[in-house]
Amino acid sequence: MDFTQQIAQYIITGLTIGAIYAIVAMGFNIIHNATGIVNFAQCEFISLGGMFMYSLVVLLKVNLVISFFISMVGVALIGALIEIGPIRHARSKEIIILIFLTIGLSEIIRGAAQEVWGTDNVGVPSFSGENPIHLLGGATIVPQHIWVVGITVLVMLMLRYFFKNTLMGKAMRATAVDRRAAALAGICVNRMILLSFAFSGALGAVAGMIIAPISTTSYDTGIMLGLKGFAAAILGGYGNFVGAILGGILLGILESLGAGLISSQYKDAIAFFVLLLVLFLKPTGIMGYGESEKV
Amino acid sequence: MDIFFKHKDIYAFAALAIIIAILPVFVESKYYFIVLNVIGLNTIVVVGLNLLIGFAGQISLGHAAFYGLGSYFSGILTVNYGFPLWPAMLVGMLATGMIAYLIGYPSLRLRGHYLVMATLGFGIIVNILMGELEHFTGGHDGLMGIPQLAIGGLTFDNDLKNFYLIWSFVFLSMLAARNLLNSRVGRALRAVHGSETAANSLGINTADYKVKVFVLSAMFASISGSLYAHYITFISPSSYDFYYSIQVVTMVIVGGMGSLWGSLFGAGVLTFISEALHVAKQYHVIAYGIFLCLVLVFLPEGILVGFYNLFLRRKARKLIKKGEHLNIS
Repeated sequence: MDFTQQIAQYIITGLTIGAIYAIVAMGFNIIHNATGIVNFAQCEFISLGGMFMYSLVVLLKVNLVISFFISMVGVALIGALIEIGPIRHARSKEIIILIFLTIGLSEIIRGAAQEVWGTDNVGVPSFSGENPIHLLGGATIVPQHIWVVGITVLVMLMLRYFFKNTLMGKAMRATAVDRRAAALAGICVNRMILLSFAFSGALGAVAGMIIAPISTTSYDTGIMLGLKGFAAAILGGYGNFVGAILGGILLGILESLGAGLISSQYKDAIAFFVLLLVLFLKPTGIMGYGESEKV
Repeated sequence: MDIFFKHKDIYAFAALAIIIAILPVFVESKYYFIVLNVIGLNTIVVVGLNLLIGFAGQISLGHAAFYGLGSYFSGILTVNYGFPLWPAMLVGMLATGMIAYLIGYPSLRLRGHYLVMATLGFGIIVNILMGELEHFTGGHDGLMGIPQLAIGGLTFDNDLKNFYLIWSFVFLSMLAARNLLNSRVGRALRAVHGSETAANSLGINTADYKVKVFVLSAMFASISGSLYAHYITFISPSSYDFYYSIQVVTMVIVGGMGSLWGSLFGAGVLTFISEALHVAKQYHVIAYGIFLCLVLVFLPEGILVGFYNLFLRRKARKLIKKGEHLNIS
């Protein structure tokens, strides 16, 4: 394989993992916009998605498509439960308390998942075979990569339609802009917050399910993917939807190139190094504008 | 703000000193000495972290890294370069403080929770470097043969001696935190926590104070890390992972954000629970999670302060029934 082929291969891998980061970053953004908190339980949504998929497809032999939707709805429900339960009933509504609360919840979910599924890495079958497809540049691609990118694009289009064209989507955006004003306009703010948790649950689950056939899954795969998705959200500009997509893809490609050309041992460090650089140089992210005023 | 933290807290400190002095009489097994020493080490980190969380209102998810930097500076300088022990500890503390400044300065100039992201990323990077820079750190196998600390002819070579050493540091760090909070700086910090805008308008450079308190809290962690390295004489990256950062944050919250004595309580209770669950390690995570969530939902002030407030409120209610007044300050 010559150098350009290698680069092409890295970029394809980067695009795939970047798509995952983009979905996860979107999940972080939706909750951040609705509530102002960083939801660390997002990491666990990803693990749960992968493990639900594994349980249904491999253990219970349920049809792949049906499993996909059951897992997605299941994790969305867990997301909703988190909001209805602890988040809504916390006696203090300070942001710092709620952020810590999501950390605690994520520990509980992770601990429970470890009890249920153990600590082994398990595989999930690809959505459509394993035969690699040869591309023009000489790079190869497994069908699952196409599924990942395809489903991501579909999810993004659906989200775009939802937020731009439906009443509920507009109500959610209104809540994100100004909670009080939204409430005054007759929007049930609590329901919008609930919905945002369900949405990020579903998004996390989708990310976990589509990456599982490529990288296997376990009770804690979501931690690294989730934290890198978080880094992608910052890179794109926290809270910005277009930024989440750009940030995710950019981070995925940077990481893949870095791992391939510099050193694969530092693969995980690269994403967080990018995060630190962004925070120091342009903390509003690539798509951000003047949100975080200097003090 | 803090229940024992009134004007007469000198008695509390005196009591602490006496307890530290006589406690070893009642401890028989080596195992409990180790638990007590780990509680002490964690308390130092938690006191420092509580200054940041409780008084600057900022979150750090990277304190494992500062704790680890202390350990590794001490370990590497003494093992690989034959540095004298105490200066190595001092170098570690200052270097960690400088690194914290480099992270804190850009991220604390901005409103919002940028520090949590920066410390999170930094913590993970440091943990990866500990494992990968094998030449310096011994890689994942860890660094062995770190010498024990000594003053003059006294070498801290058993658990009892280390108990006195570590708990002296606990005592000093709590005293330092107490004096800091009772000083001009402490009052400024409380003002910042109360209302940043108001503090700003009174001429307090809020960003500056936040950076300072962050650097200080990193230095606390670094000292504790150095003590750990010299006590256990072996360090490896797994002691300084993301999970440790979350553990110390949990201790701060369970003890009570902004409560000095709560830090001691939180570190004590949670370290003890960790040890009690030692046989069933898989329940660690879930136990910490449940503890953290229960406290956050029902007693956001922390267990110690939370229950004390409940007690005060009940007392007040009773007295109101009797037609008396109670001055709750």
